[in-house]
Order: sequence, then C-alpha cells, then structure tokens
Amino acid sequence: MINKATIKQKLNVYKKHPLSLLMCLLVLVSAIITISVLGFLIVYILVHGIPYLNLDLFAWKYTSTNASMMPAIINTLIMTVLSLIISVPLGIFSAIYLVEYAKKGNKLVSIIRLTTETLAGIPSIIYGLFGMIFFVTTLKWGYSIMAGAFTLAIMVLPTIIRTTEEALISVPDSYREGSYGLGAGKLRTIFRIVLPSAVPGIASGIILAIGRIVGETAALIYTAGTATEATGNLFGSGRTLSVHMYSLSREGIHVNQAYATAVVLLLLVMAINTVSSLIAKSITKNRQ
Amino acid sequence: MRKYKESLMKYVFLLAACISILAVVLICYFLFVNGIPAIKEIGVTDFIFGKVWKPSLNKYGILPMILGSIYVTAGAIIVGVPIGILMAVFMAKYCPKKLYRFIKPAVDLLAGIPSIVYGFFGLVVMVPFIRENVGGQGYSMLTASLLLGIMILPTIIGVSEAAIRAVPDSYYEGALALGATHERSIFKTVLPAAKSGIFAAVVLGVGRAVGETMAVIMIAGNQPIMPKSIYEGVRTLTSNIVMEMGYATDLHREALIATGVVLFVFILIINISFSLIKRRGEK
Repeated sequence: MINKATIKQKLNVYKKHPLSLLMCLLVLVSAIITISVLGFLIVYILVHGIPYLNLDLFAWKYTSTNASMMPAIINTLIMTVLSLIISVPLGIFSAIYLVEYAKKGNKLVSIIRLTTETLAGIPSIIYGLFGMIFFVTTLKWGYSIMAGAFTLAIMVLPTIIRTTEEALISVPDSYREGSYGLGAGKLRTIFRIVLPSAVPGIASGIILAIGRIVGETAALIYTAGTATEATGNLFGSGRTLSVHMYSLSREGIHVNQAYATAVVLLLLVMAINTVSSLIAKSITKNRQ
Repeated sequence: MRKYKESLMKYVFLLAACISILAVVLICYFLFVNGIPAIKEIGVTDFIFGKVWKPSLNKYGILPMILGSIYVTAGAIIVGVPIGILMAVFMAKYCPKKLYRFIKPAVDLLAGIPSIVYGFFGLVVMVPFIRENVGGQGYSMLTASLLLGIMILPTIIGVSEAAIRAVPDSYYEGALALGATHERSIFKTVLPAAKSGIFAAVVLGVGRAVGETMAVIMIAGNQPIMPKSIYEGVRTLTSNIVMEMGYATDLHREALIATGVVLFVFILIINISFSLIKRRGEK
C-alpha cells in the first residue's frame, strides 16, 4: 500500500465517492465468493466422504460389493510413473534445445513454440480421441495402460517444457561462462552446471504434471479403458482413480464409495499442490 | 570423440524438441482422416446445421450440441469473468501480503481440483439445489454454466492478475496524485492498461469452458435436442463424444470423431486468437 490512511479517512473518502465504495464492495464480495466456494467444496466433500472411508475400500481385490479403490490406486501409480518416464526426458531435452542451443529468430524454434502452445490448449477429450484412434486402434494396442500413458505423456509435455524452459532461463549466464572458462564443453556445462541449478524449477513442473495425470478422466476412458482390476500387464486395460470415480458416480449404486474416492482424490491433489508451492517458495528464497 | 558426442547430443535435443511438432501433426492428421469422410458422407450442411441427432435413424445433425457448447460457455463467461477479474484486482491491489500467502495457494488449489471432483460436487450439491430452489430437473444449462463459471475462475484470475501486475506502478501513483480514489485509479487507469492481458484471460477461459467434458457430462442432462431454456438439459460437443463412443460403430463412430473435429477446429480458432492477443499485448 502506498497511501497509508486511517480507516476514518478512508470512510470519509468513500462518503464523497459512492461509486468507489461500490467497486470496493464488489471486489471484496468477489474475493469472498471465490474463497468460500473453494472452502465449501472441500469441507462438503470431506465431511460427507470421510465417514465412508473404511478398510473395505482399500481391499486388494475389487468386487461389485466393496467397490474397492485399491486396484485403481495402483493403476494410477503405474500410469503416473509410465507417463512421466516418457514425457520428462522428452520435455527436458526439448527445453534444453530451446534455451541452450536455438538461435534467436530461428524459424524452427517459433514453430516449436507455436505447437507447444497449441498442445497446451487442446482439451483432454481431444487427446482421448486421438489416443483411441492412434494408439488403441491404429497401433492395435487395445484399451491399455500403455495407450493411456502415451496419451497423457503428450498431454503433459507442454507443462514440462514450459516450466523447464523457465527454470533454465533463470540460471545466470555467469554459471555457464564460468564453466566454459574452466574448459568444460557445452554438454558438460549443461548436465553438470545448468541442469543441477534448475532442478527445483523442473521439479515443480513435474509435480504440476503429476497433478494433471492423477486428475485426468476424459483422456483415459477410451484409451486405458475402465477395467476394474489392477493390471500388472502394461498392455492390459485398467482404470485410474479418476476414471474409477466417474464410473462409480455414473452407475449411481456406489454413491458412498464415490464420496470416499472424492476424498482420496482431493487429499492427493492438496498434497501435490502443497509440495509444489513449497518448492516454489524455496526457489524464491534462494534467489533472494 | 568429444566433438562427435557434442554434435550428436545437439541433434538428440533437436529431435526431442520436434516431438511437439510431430504430436500436433499426428493429432491433426488422425482426427481429420477419421472425421472428414463421415462429414462428407453425411453432408456438411446436414452435419453442422442438422437439428436431429438420432444415430439409430442415421440422422447425424450436431447443431444442438454446437449450440449447447456455445450457450454453456456463454453462461460460464457471464458467471466467471466478472468474479474472476474482480478477484484478480483484489489479489493484485487490495490483498495484504499476509493474506496473500493463503489466498494464492487457495486459487492454485481451485485450479488443481480434478474436473471429475467438480462434476461430482455439481451432481450432489448444485443439481438438487437448482431443482428445489429454481425449478426444472436440476440437470440443466443453468447448473452447467454455474459450475463451469467456477471452474474457469483460476484461469481468469491467474492470467488477469499477471496482466494487472505488469502495469507499471507509476500509472496507479499518477492517478492517485491527481486526486483519484484507490478504486478510480485502478478501474480507470490500471485496468485499461492491462486490457489486452485481461482479454487474453477471457479467451483462455472460453477455451477451458468449451473443452471441459467430465464435469459437464455429470450435470447437464445430455439430451441431444435443441436447447430451449436454461432450466432444461443440454448436450455439449464434448459430452456427445464421451456419451456414445463406448458403443458406437461404423458411421456413428466416425460421426462422433467428426464431432471431435468440429470441437478441435473451435479450439484451434480460440488458441490462435489467444496467441494473437498475447503477442499484440507484448508489443
């Protein structure tokens, strides 16, 4: 705040300018609405869901009576790891090219930027359609964890590229120059000097990607399918937690279990967000 | 040997960077190749302007779904944009630093909640509420607009806040020095200067709303008929695909992919206008 005024002075100003008062109130009301919608959603789901959390829901085997989410949790884990294995190296390498190698004004670079932006804007259902046509049908993988993971890998690629790019750009040029000055080559400089100092930024990008993978439904229904079992086979079908929750709430028989699944999903997302903001905080602290 | 390794890795990086180009090309190619023949077979006008969607009778008109998507998105904009922009103003110009430390993660969380959880929340809270207090079945365009309005909030808040913060403080201070109130300075000098960024935020929000699938499918009713009133059910382009893809075969399946093509074209137009606005703002 630049103008520090007492409350009384502020009230006097508002008395003379009713329109300003109105705008001020509107701003405050919007803030209250936004925060209370979020608060209500979280509290409602926790209050209604936690009582239904029981051991049956975490049984190793899914049956139509217990509607266990354990297989779905395992599938989610496999799906997340697999998607990251595909997308993280590609994303990081791609960002390295854009930041460290590409020359300014390079036409190819502007095309890469454009396509990355396009990928970021494509809705998940389009990814799902593409995954179904390409991985499931054309490559004949069938509804499988593999098809789902590849689809999601493309989906989170722009997130990883963008955050890695930002992290690499924020590494001071003096680091690179120092490394060259000591006789290191470009490759060595990148892997030994630049990447290690960009790790927190890259990590926060990966965590963002994990959040998207865990919460994704539309891209998975017709790629990984909706089989209820935890599949050890990467070319077998399996539903992740979000898809599991969609099936439960659509069938309408297991509403209680759907509440409980919502709790688990919500807690997962909150944990992921907390970790990513902690990392972000440590980055800003280091810079100061 | 070292030189060889250096140039080899350069090409490895280049190859990785080209993956996003390859992905976009593949997505376009496979969507269009699988969708266009169906549009040709049904007929462009019959497909896009046909008012009846009855796969069992070989009638594939997606006008109801196009209108459904447009109406629901418009509703979401009406709900989400004013609140989102005002909230961005609050975060950039009103919020004390101590409070900001809690509000910023809260808005991030709003962005991180999976759409399926939003949809479930809409199903168990908003649908009964609308049914009992407003009228209709509850599964309606109104419910979908409200929920989507909430869901696009973090997008609009994030981008507009960045745009507002990018305006130099001197604008605000200058207005204050001329005797304008805090509000007048913000709404008459800072916001107009941040106009293009805020507009980009709205466009991005439109993209989110058009593409949202899981939340809408759970609360919008999904009747494939011409939308008549905001209290009645509506089916969007996205939900049309998810609803029927599971059992569709032959022309029906291709018509659904063609629905995806139409959606994709919409999204591309929105994306391009977003980057154009952003680029103009940067100049």
